Amino acid sequence: MNSVRFMIMLILLIFVTFASFQGAMSNLAKAIEGQSEFSFLKIYTTAGSSTYSFAVFMGFLGPLFGIMLGFDAINNEQAQGTLNRLAAQPIYRDTIINAKFLAGATVIFMTVFSLVGLLCGVGIYRTGIVPEPEAFARIVFYALFSSIYVSVWLALSIFFSVIAKHAATAALSGTAIWLFLTLFMNNVAQGLAGAAYPLTGANAQANAVKYYALEVGLSRISPYYLYSEAISTILNPNLRSLNLISLIQQSQNNAIVSYLSLGQSLLLIWPQVIALFALAAIGFAAAYITFMKREIRA
Amino acid sequence: MMDAESIIKTTDLTKKYGAVTAVDSLNLTIRRGEVFGLLGPNGAGKTTTTLMLLGLTDPTSGSAEINGFDCTRESLSVKRMVGYLPDNVGFYPDLSGRENLIFSGRMNGLTEQECADRSKELLERVGMTYAADRRAGTYSRGMRQRLGIADVLMKDPEIIIMDEPTLGIDPVGMRELTALIRDLSVKDGRTILISSHELYQIQAISDRVGIFVEGKLIACGKIEELGKQLQNEGLYMVDIRVEPADDVVADKIRTIEGVRAIGKRADGSLHIESGRDIRKELLTLLLENDYTLTQMHERGGDLDEIYRKYFDKAGENNDGTSTDGGKDGKKGKSLKDRLKAF
Repeated sequence: MNSVRFMIMLILLIFVTFASFQGAMSNLAKAIEGQSEFSFLKIYTTAGSSTYSFAVFMGFLGPLFGIMLGFDAINNEQAQGTLNRLAAQPIYRDTIINAKFLAGATVIFMTVFSLVGLLCGVGIYRTGIVPEPEAFARIVFYALFSSIYVSVWLALSIFFSVIAKHAATAALSGTAIWLFLTLFMNNVAQGLAGAAYPLTGANAQANAVKYYALEVGLSRISPYYLYSEAISTILNPNLRSLNLISLIQQSQNNAIVSYLSLGQSLLLIWPQVIALFALAAIGFAAAYITFMKREIRA
Repeated sequence: MMDAESIIKTTDLTKKYGAVTAVDSLNLTIRRGEVFGLLGPNGAGKTTTTLMLLGLTDPTSGSAEINGFDCTRESLSVKRMVGYLPDNVGFYPDLSGRENLIFSGRMNGLTEQECADRSKELLERVGMTYAADRRAGTYSRGMRQRLGIADVLMKDPEIIIMDEPTLGIDPVGMRELTALIRDLSVKDGRTILISSHELYQIQAISDRVGIFVEGKLIACGKIEELGKQLQNEGLYMVDIRVEPADDVVADKIRTIEGVRAIGKRADGSLHIESGRDIRKELLTLLLENDYTLTQMHERGGDLDEIYRKYFDKAGENNDGTSTDGGKDGKKGKSLKDRLKAF
């Protein structure tokens, strides 16, 4: 926690938090026009004219934070020559990798909740809007989902730290996957869906629904997409569906003006949350198994 | 071999990496309280053996036992009794030496107070008190090695396994370290298994030695015994250097009864192998034929000769033992065969 890279990342995140807050402040009035409830949540989702919103920043930078915490977990111990000394102590071997993951996850939860809380506090102070209990509950869930999302990347980077001998290889592998899934997965999904169900030609009309289903299905491989769906629902009670209906709704300019309750919002995104959780579990399980099977030598 | 006091015992311990057999049905018994030197060139399987003893690597077949605990299945009990000093031991560079020791102590279930007391005492013992609160990242290799010994002693182990403890340490540091290790056995009564490829150090430290080559233990016993075993085989070796170093001298020596082989080294000295002690006759012969003997060195009585052969074979170059650069692959092979015989 005292390490240079943690400080760099923390300062960066705090800096981004304030930048996004300033951006949100400048456009907040426009964003909450005509809405009386849940305006506080807009602090997290409103983008400024030149900055992204806090939610978008978290979606982008959160993975980097997770990768940073895990990429040298095991291979650095090995490079330092401390791993075999550690393994020779009377502790079970899985204690080592469990501790690595739990320590990282603890730091993630603390950091994410601090940042979200910080934004909440500053938001109340600067806007004078006090979040309703339900809005507050939504913010807590938002922080929780963000933490799980970052933990997915922590698990992945710990896995790379087990299989890659050099910390740099592990860091680059993790970053490459992050870049691909975050920036390009959607494009790839569109391309593949377009190839399978062309939107031009005779069957264009019939293909439209299938095309959309395939595109979304492929996109959902990416934890970034799952996370985006989860948090946009939890932070926007107006969002009522995550399938084709949502597009129709949007195109009709929010035809139905009423809100989903917190329970209903959670129900809507439950699959996404479970999938995120499963991804973290799978990543950690892969790291765990490879580490346990491995021979520890200098 | 069937000593009641045996503390480490391996039975047909074998480890294979694919087609390569790193350790080949090793049967080794180490008695309580002794210092056992595992001697062998790099890649002989020494480290793999120590890892299997600690349960860090699973054997392909066979088993190892320490104090009645199976090293693979009850590795936790084993690791409670056994201290392991890996070669090139590492410490967390951002913690001080003392903090590193305390960390190890905590993992062995000591209370904070015990950790503090014991680390202080051990730092004193290994002579590291002056640097105890410096970051371990700034330590030299010798300091790391000494801190490593203190680290091993944090859990107060009955048995200590050391892997190449003096590798890359200067002669003064080596002497200190050797004395320290010897102390652990003599004063504290701990059993020590020390693996190394440095013959002289092993000779100075160990009660018994096992010679380990290509995964096999080819000789095992006290150093004097090993030498004697060789001589009992009826092999006497002498290196001489005479003046003038002409070509006929070898032929003349060959007339002595019992001489089996004479070889000429690149530096002009002669290597003589015989089935009995021929030194007296050799001197007389040289005197009679008007040669001056400038050097005479009896070989074979110590491990030096035996061991060098394996080193040559393994492509190793040990500066401690390669003083006479004579390489004779054929002879090395016959020697190995002789060694295998017992």
